[in-house]
Formats: sequence, structure tokens, C-alpha cells
Amino acid sequence: MIQVIALVLGALFGAGLYIAGMTNPAKIVNFLDIAGTWDPSLIFVMGGGIPVAAIGFIMLRRRARPVIFADSQVPQGGEIDRPLVLGSAVFGIGWGISGLCPGPAFASVLLEPGVIIPYLVALVLGSLAYERFHR
Amino acid sequence: MTEFTPVLSLSGGLLIGLSAAAAFVLFGRVIGVSGIVARTSDFDFGEGSWRPFFLLGLILTPLILSLVAPSPHGFEPMGLIPMLVGGFLVGYGSRVGSGCTSGHGICGISRLSKRSIVATCTFMTTAVLTVFVIRHLMGGAS
Repeated sequence: MIQVIALVLGALFGAGLYIAGMTNPAKIVNFLDIAGTWDPSLIFVMGGGIPVAAIGFIMLRRRARPVIFADSQVPQGGEIDRPLVLGSAVFGIGWGISGLCPGPAFASVLLEPGVIIPYLVALVLGSLAYERFHR
Repeated sequence: MTEFTPVLSLSGGLLIGLSAAAAFVLFGRVIGVSGIVARTSDFDFGEGSWRPFFLLGLILTPLILSLVAPSPHGFEPMGLIPMLVGGFLVGYGSRVGSGCTSGHGICGISRLSKRSIVATCTFMTTAVLTVFVIRHLMGGAS
């Protein structure tokens, strides 16, 4: 049951990215290119996604526990620290260079494997570099 | 040049939000793709192995949709070097910064997390600056 639900959630997420055009790296780079060929579409993706996700979060908070799992593991509070800011800054540079972040990369890997697989290999290497040097 | 697609992008955003909302209510978990990848590649699948099944749905669905209806958005990637360099920085940065566009940008902002708002403003800023440098200062085509 958990697996079926997870599959459906992944399918919704992937369909959303595909329909929204987020699987085209040029659309991301054009969103970021405010001084050039600006394409504001990503604002509409976030404008659609954030309020709906917020409704889910509010529903979760009104419950004693999630419907399926025994406990909620949504992060609570936390400080704004150097790793958060520096890591996000590095993430943004990579996002701007490639026009891809992890979600859209997975969503387009079967559509354009020749382009996306090198990106995903590098992504996993970057993640492993973190494990090697920071843990 | 890509076409501005407010209706399609809003529709896609609603589906992404629905997925994130259901993950909150059903699982009590945040949909953060970088975190899901990290846990999956550690073979730490979490309860009932939900993470690899989420990835499976994420990977398969666009292919199935593309067979039914080709994407109106096209696919215009950067070259191999930007993909490799960008992929590495995204993989590393999302781990150090505890999240990516989905975990911070959608789920984090939806619960008004201060950390996620700071993270999103930070990566938006560096991404805009990066594209400005590549396109307008270096004259790159990417």
C-alpha cells in the first residue's frame, strides 16, 4: 500500500514537472535570465504548488499523526547557519549552469538519457563528495 | 527563447503541490528530491521503501505522458560540460544546504520555514547571477 501511494505521488510530481515545462533546461535558464530572454513560467509553478502544499501541511498539523506513518518527520524550526546558506549558494550556481535541479532531471532521464545520465552521475558524485568530506 | 506558458505551468504546479500535500498528510514527510536521492543511494529506503517507489513514479510518468502527448515545451539542454559541472554542484550544494528546489522551494516555503525561505532566496540569487555572468558577461550561448 505504501509503495503504491509513493508511486502515485511520484507520478503526480513527474506529471506536474512535465506539464509545467520544467523538464526543459532552457525554460529554467530563461527564468533566471531576468536581463535577457526572461520566461516567468516558474513563478506560476511555485504559485500553484506552494498554496496546495500549504493546505496539506495545515491538514497534517491538525492531526495527531500522519494517516499512514506513526510519526511526522517534517523538520521543525532550526537555525539559519553557514552550511544552509553556503550549500544553497553552490546549489544555485549549479542550477544556473545546467538549468536542471534533481526533480526535473529524474523526470526527463528516460526522455533524454544521453543528456541527463551524465548530469545524474555528476549529481551523485557531488552528493558522495559531501558524504566523504562532511560526515 | 522559450514561450511563457502560465496556464500549463500553473497546472503543473498544482499537481506538484498535490503530491507534496499528500506526502504531508499521508506520510508526514517532505518531498525533497535531493534528500530522496541521498537516502536511496545510501540504500536507506525509509519506511516501506517509499522513496525508491516515489522515484520510480517520477522517472516513468513523463515518458508515458510523452507517448500520449508530446511536450509542448521542447527540450533544449546545455552541453556536456555544463551538465557535469552543474550536476556536481547541485548534488554537493543540495546536501550541504539540506535541500533543493522541491524540499526548500515548494515544501519549505509552504510551511513558512525560515530556513527554506533563506535557502530559496539564496539559490535564486546565485542562479540569477550565474546566468547573468554566463550569458551577458561571458557571452555564452548556454
